[in-house]
Amino acid sequence: MKKVEIRWHGRGGQGTVTAAKVFADACLSGGRYVQAFPEYGPERAGAPLRAYNRISEKELRMHCPVSHPDVVVVVDPTLIEGIDVTEGTKDDSAFIINSSKDPAELRKKLKLKPSQKLFVVDATKIAIDCFGRPMPNSPMVGALNRVTGLVDLETLLEDVKKSFGKKFAQKIIDGNLLAVKRGYEEVKEG
Amino acid sequence: MTKVVAVTGNEAVANAFRQIEPDVCAAYPITPQTELMQRFASFVSDGKVKTELILVESEHSALSACVGAAAAGGRVATATSSQGLALMWEILFITSGMRLPVVMAVVNRALSAPINIHCDHSDAMGARDSGWIQLWSENAQEAYDNAIQAFRIAEHMDIRLPVMVCYDGFIISHSIERIEYLDDDIVKNFVGEYKPLYPLLDIENPKSYGPLILTDLYMEVRRAHAEVYKKVPQVVLKVAEEFEKISGRKYGLFETYRLEDAEIGLVVLNSAAGTAKDVVDEYRDKGIKVGLIKPRLFRPFPYGEIGDALKHLKAVCVLDRADAFGGSFGPLYLDIATSLYPYSIKPALINRIYGLGGRDFMPEHVAYVIEELKKIVETGKVESFKEYIGVRE
Repeated sequence: MKKVEIRWHGRGGQGTVTAAKVFADACLSGGRYVQAFPEYGPERAGAPLRAYNRISEKELRMHCPVSHPDVVVVVDPTLIEGIDVTEGTKDDSAFIINSSKDPAELRKKLKLKPSQKLFVVDATKIAIDCFGRPMPNSPMVGALNRVTGLVDLETLLEDVKKSFGKKFAQKIIDGNLLAVKRGYEEVKEG
Repeated sequence: MTKVVAVTGNEAVANAFRQIEPDVCAAYPITPQTELMQRFASFVSDGKVKTELILVESEHSALSACVGAAAAGGRVATATSSQGLALMWEILFITSGMRLPVVMAVVNRALSAPINIHCDHSDAMGARDSGWIQLWSENAQEAYDNAIQAFRIAEHMDIRLPVMVCYDGFIISHSIERIEYLDDDIVKNFVGEYKPLYPLLDIENPKSYGPLILTDLYMEVRRAHAEVYKKVPQVVLKVAEEFEKISGRKYGLFETYRLEDAEIGLVVLNSAAGTAKDVVDEYRDKGIKVGLIKPRLFRPFPYGEIGDALKHLKAVCVLDRADAFGGSFGPLYLDIATSLYPYSIKPALINRIYGLGGRDFMPEHVAYVIEELKKIVETGKVESFKEYIGVRE
């Protein structure tokens, strides 16, 4: 691994920025350099937003948005109707979509190239199952980790526990840990 | 022992302030500085530091309280951005005129109107002649390291001057990056116990600060004041040398990157320098001899050293993240031009304004400028000295 650049698409209030931060923190292990930053537009619940990660073995000096992501994470399935999530992607970019739809249908909808990989996980359903709220960020972090293989699941779970532990009750933390694990396990290539 | 963490620039500087534990901190919140002072306020309320935190009703009052506390004999820190720094303007000159070693983080943000909360350097550039030392920082690590060194520089008995530590709003202040924290003990030991100079609270030895001085002596006072700044570079270098011993990280008056054998060069402050370095590497791989210089000590400006570092180049672009209205050039350009003026043979020098109000500065902008410089070297002609890049015309 030299450098992995990730672009997140979500909506305000879905925990997308938190997800990018947690993932960066988990990737620190092994002496890696990390960045996590959102695109700061008007911050409103429900408004489309982007966030970014860079993970690298070398020092990260670039301080600008990711133009050509290796991985695109779509946290909110409705976004693919309104915005082009494939913008700037490479021939070998991977897409991780939160959706209950059939992968073949999504691949057609997004007009993905055969060389681009598609991964699908029903993160909203997992979130509702695990802690009763449609907050897809935790399962998406799990799915992202499965696809990129950057850290082992245990390290990631430790980090989620650490990040959420400051803010939430034990029940919510446990629910999120389970959601990360299920996102990791249930993401399917299609 | 260092601790590796992934934190925002604001979090890193708040942690530096916690480790240093100033006697007094007076501040007023303003985006993007707010998170820094919010975190520091938590350290105060959680009892992690014994700092007297004074919450005031404006930045003018914040810096006024800092002046009072510093004159009384305390170690003092504050932080602001944009309009906040503009509102402090009157007191900036009083702080430096009284030789009070206040340290202030300036989280760079554009000025109103129109209102904009994002990064550019107009705020700190507006204060560049206020007598404050200015250290500029590329990333969260440099912001943290500069914040620690700033106290040693400000409080040095040869100079006793206030210091601003500048870093880019949002791009650095709110982005999470990997940085290394030093141990609390190491930082405390490095900064040392505060040594007051002529404290007002020493009532056995009364002193007067900021007296009325009219035509008889004002000019002599200002002339003497100007002399102090000549000592600043050597103090900055001495502190950097000691900081390297505790951190392993090297700092100078400025950083040069692949400049020694370069033919064309870029001059750029803060976070954009990092992006530019990556593009410099790409062009070096193609055999183009390009290099970069990133000023760290911007005030006082090390004219001699910077001129010497750039004079051998054929063409240089100064990238300014602040404009100067009225047909003039960006503030960094003016200083670079001044530093090169003494040389009879010098590079062609162009000015490109970028990134105002947080406009993204992308690798392709750096490439565009390098192509412009290549063309200037090839043709020997400069078509336009000042232009704007990344703008919709």
